[in-house]
Amino acid sequence: MTIKIKQDHARFKDIVRGKIKQNLRRFIQKGEMVGKKGKEFITIPLPTIDIPHFRYGPKQQGGVGQGEGEVGQILAPGEEQPGDGEGKAGQGEGQHILEVDVSFDELAEILGEELELPRIEPKGSERIVTERIKYTGVNTTGPESLRHFKRTYKQALRRQIASGTYNPDRPVIIPYREDRRYRSWKVTPVPESNAVIVYIMDVSGSMGDEQKEIVRIESFWIDTWLRKQYKGVATRYIIHDAVAREVDRETFFHTRESGGTMISSAYRLAADIIDHEYPPHAWNTYVFHFSDGDNWSADDTRLCVDVVRERMLPKVNLFAYGQVESPYGSGQFIKDLRENFQEDERVALSEIADKDAIYTSIKDFLGKGK
Amino acid sequence: MPSFSNRSLPPRLADLEQEIKGYAKEMGLDFYEVIFELLTYDEVNMVAAYGGYPNRYPHWRHGMQYEQLSKGYEYGLSKIYEMVINNDPTYAYLLESNPEVDQKLVMAHVYGHGDFFKNNFSFAHTNRKMMDEMANHATRVRRWIDRIGIEPIEDFIDRCLSLENLIDYHAPYIKRGPSHVPAGEVEDERIRGLKSDREYMSKFINPPEYLAALQQKQDEERNRKRRFPERPERDVLAFLLENAPLEPWEQEILAIIREEAYYFAPQGQTKIMNEGWASFAHTTIMTTRALRDSEVIDYADHHAGTVSMRPGSINPYKIGLELYRDIEDRWNKGKFGKEWDDCDDMAERQRWDKQLGLGRQKIFEVRKHYNDVTFIDEFLTPEFCLEHKLFVYGYNDKHQAWEILSRDFKGIKEKLLHQLTNFGQPIIEVVDANWDNRSELMLVHKHDGVDLKIDDARFTLMNVQSLWRRPVNLFTRVEGKSVILRFDGKEHSDRKAEL
Repeated sequence: MTIKIKQDHARFKDIVRGKIKQNLRRFIQKGEMVGKKGKEFITIPLPTIDIPHFRYGPKQQGGVGQGEGEVGQILAPGEEQPGDGEGKAGQGEGQHILEVDVSFDELAEILGEELELPRIEPKGSERIVTERIKYTGVNTTGPESLRHFKRTYKQALRRQIASGTYNPDRPVIIPYREDRRYRSWKVTPVPESNAVIVYIMDVSGSMGDEQKEIVRIESFWIDTWLRKQYKGVATRYIIHDAVAREVDRETFFHTRESGGTMISSAYRLAADIIDHEYPPHAWNTYVFHFSDGDNWSADDTRLCVDVVRERMLPKVNLFAYGQVESPYGSGQFIKDLRENFQEDERVALSEIADKDAIYTSIKDFLGKGK
Repeated sequence: MPSFSNRSLPPRLADLEQEIKGYAKEMGLDFYEVIFELLTYDEVNMVAAYGGYPNRYPHWRHGMQYEQLSKGYEYGLSKIYEMVINNDPTYAYLLESNPEVDQKLVMAHVYGHGDFFKNNFSFAHTNRKMMDEMANHATRVRRWIDRIGIEPIEDFIDRCLSLENLIDYHAPYIKRGPSHVPAGEVEDERIRGLKSDREYMSKFINPPEYLAALQQKQDEERNRKRRFPERPERDVLAFLLENAPLEPWEQEILAIIREEAYYFAPQGQTKIMNEGWASFAHTTIMTTRALRDSEVIDYADHHAGTVSMRPGSINPYKIGLELYRDIEDRWNKGKFGKEWDDCDDMAERQRWDKQLGLGRQKIFEVRKHYNDVTFIDEFLTPEFCLEHKLFVYGYNDKHQAWEILSRDFKGIKEKLLHQLTNFGQPIIEVVDANWDNRSELMLVHKHDGVDLKIDDARFTLMNVQSLWRRPVNLFTRVEGKSVILRFDGKEHSDRKAEL
């Protein structure tokens, strides 16, 4: 029994990994299990292979649902939607779905396991060391605020019994000065590692909603993964078209500008921030840049390469560039980077064609355990 | 056939089994013998991955199911409470780690399914020894794998599975004559023209051009008559099985896939009724007989989980259960028939009660004679839709989102029926196996207002072609225009067309 399903299971995994049956790869879908964290829906990657059938186009089909709401109200994301409502005839008869919360930590575990990401090794020998106080025992001296009442009275009781002054019928215990006990502590050095993630995004006109959605999902997973690895994670957000500026997270994901693209402006700003606030001996620094790959000029691209080589790479764990496909971008920039940094371990480049590609892209970025 | 290590239930559960079985009989449920087996969650996932069977032919799809089920369980997102197989005896599985109150709930639920399997007309033609049959299929497929290798067999199964919904759900009820006229019966008739005793006159009496034209006309007519299949054939799998140039092993495997598809079809056609009936059984048994005081809260919690509706989707357990309750209530109070239909006074309808007490009898009849389509068609009422807040949703291209389109009764009913008809799948028929007189296959999509998903249709067409080995065509409509999709073995082409 066990062996039977194990074989089928292994075969499925081999197909997903592309080891066998290339013809099915185009039917692999980035399936997901939906969990809920607070108000946000989160998903656990779960590849499925969807065998083609003669079926209805889902968007024309629609269906019947149940619940509150006016006509015209949009069904919120995460609510069950039609689509591959391809009924498996009676299979898994009677599955009762229960919903539960999944913690971000667990999610990161799952992600790591799914993508086979290696643990990140905090770089360098110079980690930050913080001191942690731990109460380890009791002492006969100490500040009053740390007096250990139970132990104090116990001590007094012991003395009274020993001296024969304790009367069980009238159990009054009066501690003397020398009965007093205090908590004592030890200071232990705890090595700690901090990380800063600098997100940079091209917000020029050619980056549409779909492209931004990709960046949003991908950065969510990057955040989740890196937070699992580091104790303190700071994030900074830079947007740019022809000029760059630092913004908060909200603005980062919702700005849309038009106009040209000068990537170097953003790289310089990022390098400045890193120089001033995140010295490399104390911080693990990650830079993620997302763009559709259309830069203003070859001159500016040369400038970018210089900034990356001279000002960033010496200081960062990883410089990652994700090129999101858009109908407008030429997609040249990744080629330029590739030309210059092909061999560099600290540089990760990834092309993200669509939402389905996020999965492999995260692996491109974090797969080497940088 | 014992499926696992032939473990009988531990004494405590065996006692509960007897107790619940008693209540089920008392309620009037009628089922084959039910054999419960106690499984660990991993075993449950395995069995569920095989569609409920301990033994199934090997294929990666079962591995995929297993992956999904075990992930869902491990991450605490979902868990299978119960599984039950339409077989005689009926097999059902209990999850080892479930608390006692859940085991009782599941048993009661299972007896409901058992009763439904045995009595509902849709299952009348199903193989009640399917457990053995599935094991046979597994053995046969394994044997071919040993002989030919896993790659070709699995590839072929992939292609068959792509076509598995091309069956005729009504087929088990239709008695047919021989499917076509045997070849050779139609003899070749030459046109001879008028009789003439005088040889030299014949050229004038029967001008050769005229004879030739006549001959051509007759040939054409005969070709048209010999159109094959004579009537559109909805069981595409059967058609391929009989007429495609398949190797013996391919035929055997295709026959297996087809047989299993037919076996599962009634479950798909009665999902709402079957789950509703099982839920009705478990609530009735639990709340009137089986529940102990200490178990009420847990029971209520778990029952609520089973019948909860997530916004924007239909839970067959809930809708089915509520419809049976609604019917029971209406037949108890006499809310049916001409008098009821003619009554327009809302207040009077509200307090209508003729104390007929026919409810229980009625729902037992309903569970026997209906399937989801006829169930919804006959018993869904405007009051019900209102009370349960049903709506129709659809995709709004302008907002790029799914939204509520209407709460109108007629619309809801139509949409539900559309979803349920032919299992929510488009109807595809073979209309000609000698299209254009070139042995090409012509399929027709009977368009009912909803277009096919075209990219999937193309891939599926490729799979049909790989079985038929000659070019295949599909007549359908896309955005209001008739079109023939064609795959000739190498490339796709489309053309506008009228049949």
